[in-house]
Amino acid sequence: MENILEVKGLTMDFGGLRAVDSVDLYVKPKEIVALIGPNGAGKTTFFNCVTGIYTPTKGDILVSSNSGSAVRINGFKPNRVTERGLGRTFQNIRLFPNMTVLENVMIGKHCRLSAKILGALFRDKKTRAEELKAAQECYTILEKLGLEKACDELASNLPYGDQRKLEIARALATEPKMLLLDEPAAGMNPQETVELTHLIRRIRDTEQIAILLIEHDMKLVMNLSERIYVMDHGQKIADGTPLDIRNNPEVIKAYLGEDIDA
Amino acid sequence: MTQEILKSLKAAIWFMFLTFPIMVIKVNTVYKTIEWRWMNMVFIGVGIFVGSFVWRWLLNRKDNPTVKKDHVPVSTRIQSYLAENPMAKRALQGVLLAALLCFPIFMNAYQINIFTVALMYIILGLGLNIVVGLAGLLDLGYVAFYAVGAYTYALLNTNFGMSFWVVLPIGGALAAIFGILLGFPVLRLRGDYLAIVTLGFGEIIRLVLENWNDFSHGPSGIAGIDKPDFFGLELSLNQMTDAIYYMMVAFTIITIFFVGRLQNSRIGRAWLALREDEIACQAMGIGRTRTKLMAFALGATWAGLMGVVFAAKTSFINPASFTFLESAIILSIVVLGGMGSIPGVILGALIMILLPEYMRSFSEYRMIIFGGAMVLMMVFRPQGLVSNFRRKYSFHGVDERLGG
Ligand SMILES: Nc1ncnc2c1ncn2[C@@H]1O[C@H](COP(=O)(O)OP(=O)(O)OP(=O)(O)O)[C@@H](O)[C@H]1O
Ligand SMILES: [Mg+2]
Repeated sequence: MENILEVKGLTMDFGGLRAVDSVDLYVKPKEIVALIGPNGAGKTTFFNCVTGIYTPTKGDILVSSNSGSAVRINGFKPNRVTERGLGRTFQNIRLFPNMTVLENVMIGKHCRLSAKILGALFRDKKTRAEELKAAQECYTILEKLGLEKACDELASNLPYGDQRKLEIARALATEPKMLLLDEPAAGMNPQETVELTHLIRRIRDTEQIAILLIEHDMKLVMNLSERIYVMDHGQKIADGTPLDIRNNPEVIKAYLGEDIDA
Repeated sequence: MTQEILKSLKAAIWFMFLTFPIMVIKVNTVYKTIEWRWMNMVFIGVGIFVGSFVWRWLLNRKDNPTVKKDHVPVSTRIQSYLAENPMAKRALQGVLLAALLCFPIFMNAYQINIFTVALMYIILGLGLNIVVGLAGLLDLGYVAFYAVGAYTYALLNTNFGMSFWVVLPIGGALAAIFGILLGFPVLRLRGDYLAIVTLGFGEIIRLVLENWNDFSHGPSGIAGIDKPDFFGLELSLNQMTDAIYYMMVAFTIITIFFVGRLQNSRIGRAWLALREDEIACQAMGIGRTRTKLMAFALGATWAGLMGVVFAAKTSFINPASFTFLESAIILSIVVLGGMGSIPGVILGALIMILLPEYMRSFSEYRMIIFGGAMVLMMVFRPQGLVSNFRRKYSFHGVDERLGG
């Protein structure tokens, strides 16, 4: 499979409410793709289906495996999806508030480590080496995001913008092939948003991973993404390059009153 | 400020009014006269006023955000000092160990016994701390695993004459299996629901032991269980007390060592993450089933081991030793001391077990004093006596700290 993620006819019902309605989407390696749409369009629900938090009602979610073949991950537990190489962040920040910043990132590393109970109890050479290596790698990730100074702080003591960055750091630690960012710029001021734009592009370039992001900040979306999907009322109403989307009458109608030329 | 005074004044007047009939009026039935004890009213008024004012002041101070922000709790300061000065830490450990080892020389058998019990509760607390404090799974049936261990030794010893040291690991392993058995059905439950199911589980085990006469001898229990055997030595009663005490000191040190390592390992971090946010934890690649079952199994193991020790120490057990009250005491130790903190649990156990013991001179009042202290604790320090302290990592040359 040449695409890193391929979603076909994804549908998610909550009782009588169809939150996602046969959505198709694909992401190629090293691509930055945006998923936009008005509030309640079903974007977060789409993410939750892809990352295994919800089991979709219908449709296929295919992820390319290391050998290149496609694996259908519907109904996989979230941790299995993460092991397959999809790392994510949350719209409403979900850090581990009473753990240090470094420990938060090390949780992301968890699925790439192998120490068992006996290793923990007797702390043999292999376990010690693994722990040290993990801590160092996580520290490097923090350095990349400029959070290394706060390494030993509790996550809950970080300023808001840094908490968003820490979520990205934690997702990066899972060694993903693709990052799913749910409104990474929410609550940031314009200055921080510009920095975030650079940061996301830099992550894509240095880590060579694909990025799928949900965002309401049109400036960020238009600047950053190579392709854009637009959802409204659970359905995909458009997809294409930023230029296509900007001039698409359907999209303008869905966003009526909102400024997408920003 | 004036508002606070007014509120306290109001409380004082209310109390003066409410207690008026009993505190002020005294009917003398012999002379058929009424005594008016106005002084009592003044005492109550002043007492309630001062009490209420202090209470409000403390509450205010607690909620005041400016005070809170840069305030580092004493316990955290001590812990970070010790973490940064390994020498001081070693010294403190040495002093504590020496004190523990010398303790029986100066104390009588009664004191040693109380202390042995306190050590047992430290271990039980540390075991439950894995489940409740680290993994955040509220378990109200912990005593069930304690019972499993105790009955394992009692039955294997009285029926097959198996020795303490052979049964000790069997009891631990059996309790771990029961932990997993309990873990499976409650994987999806959290908080209150989990608490209710675990409570039920604890009661089921107790009821089975109480009613299955052929197996467990019912309410009359099992007597004549062998004391632990120490290298085949013939020990007098006092020597046995000392020996069990030293054995418990060793167990406690081993437990602290292992729990400390677990806490700062890959699996320990996963437990913390599970406690903090279950969804984020799964989304970051941690398997919920595995992590939860591991917490239940490991927590239960320590209860099972202590159960074996308990049966050997008392040489008589019956289901009455494994009631819900016991689970509640162990849980209080964890909550009082500070969830997830090893020094906290130790302190909690010492307070919960030693204080009621040494407060016997207050006779009936001791439970009231104790209950009052617990309520005050939960109002003013809901996070427990010792705040959770997270380890700092360092990479520059001092790699052994990562291992320490
Ligand atoms: N667990 C749930 N149970 C029932 N309904 C849900 C659930 N989660 C989401 N919904 C509904 O699904 C619809 C889509 O919600 P979703 O959170 O996916 O929107 P969104 O596009 O992310 O919006 P926003 O931009 O505000 O984050 C909404 O109508 C929401 O109420
Ligand atoms: Mg959303």
